[in-house]
Amino acid sequence: MKTLTFLARSAPHGTGKAKALQDMVLSAAVFEQKIQLVFLDDGVYQLLAGQDPSALPAKNVSAALPALELYGVDRVFLDADSLQTRGLGDSELLIPAQSCTAEEIRLLIADSDMVFSL
Amino acid sequence: MSLVIHGAPGTAQGAQSALNFCQAALQSGHQIYRLFFYEDGVHNAHALAVWPQDERDLNADWAALIQEHELDAVVCVASALKRGVLNQEESSRYDKMAVSLDPVFDISGLGQWVDACLHSDRVVSFGV
Repeated sequence: MKTLTFLARSAPHGTGKAKALQDMVLSAAVFEQKIQLVFLDDGVYQLLAGQDPSALPAKNVSAALPALELYGVDRVFLDADSLQTRGLGDSELLIPAQSCTAEEIRLLIADSDMVFSL
Repeated sequence: MSLVIHGAPGTAQGAQSALNFCQAALQSGHQIYRLFFYEDGVHNAHALAVWPQDERDLNADWAALIQEHELDAVVCVASALKRGVLNQEESSRYDKMAVSLDPVFDISGLGQWVDACLHSDRVVSFGV
């Protein structure tokens, strides 16, 4: 088993990056690898509850986040600074994520066999 | 090692960097387990692309490199279909007018990417 760390850095809509990374996470989960998912930069917007992108030609990417736990993805983290600088708080999030400092995220990355960022 | 290419040729530096990296890695004696083309990276596998004479034809260079070294080059099926990169089978299945995938590439799913992660000691991404 390898440790794969995924850095979700893009806003949920406007590009396909959030969905593309999510697909990678779920595929790796099916193969029962150790997965760490870190939301940072604009990626923290993916965690916001109550999203409604129905005015866009886009699916609600975040709707699939509660399914992560069913796939065994329970190591979910967020960058506290990214959340704070965007004026967001833990109470607005769709799923629980462990708040981390930049140093803690550095350690998560250092502990990984592979890191993917989108 | 394996490579993941996210960037389209012509619009992202990543595709060209990946090709240069792949050539350098092979020249240095490294083994390439798999090339996995994902999202806009599938455009690298487009056989119908025509480049201006004074620009590097990345599509042709990828195809030549893959053929020369018999590399395992996979394009993600979901990414490819959405961008009109179709092999004969997919073109027939969806009743489209042409085949656009260069035959040195295979169409498959993200499982091939996970497999590459498990069997490579390095996986390097390009094009983000």
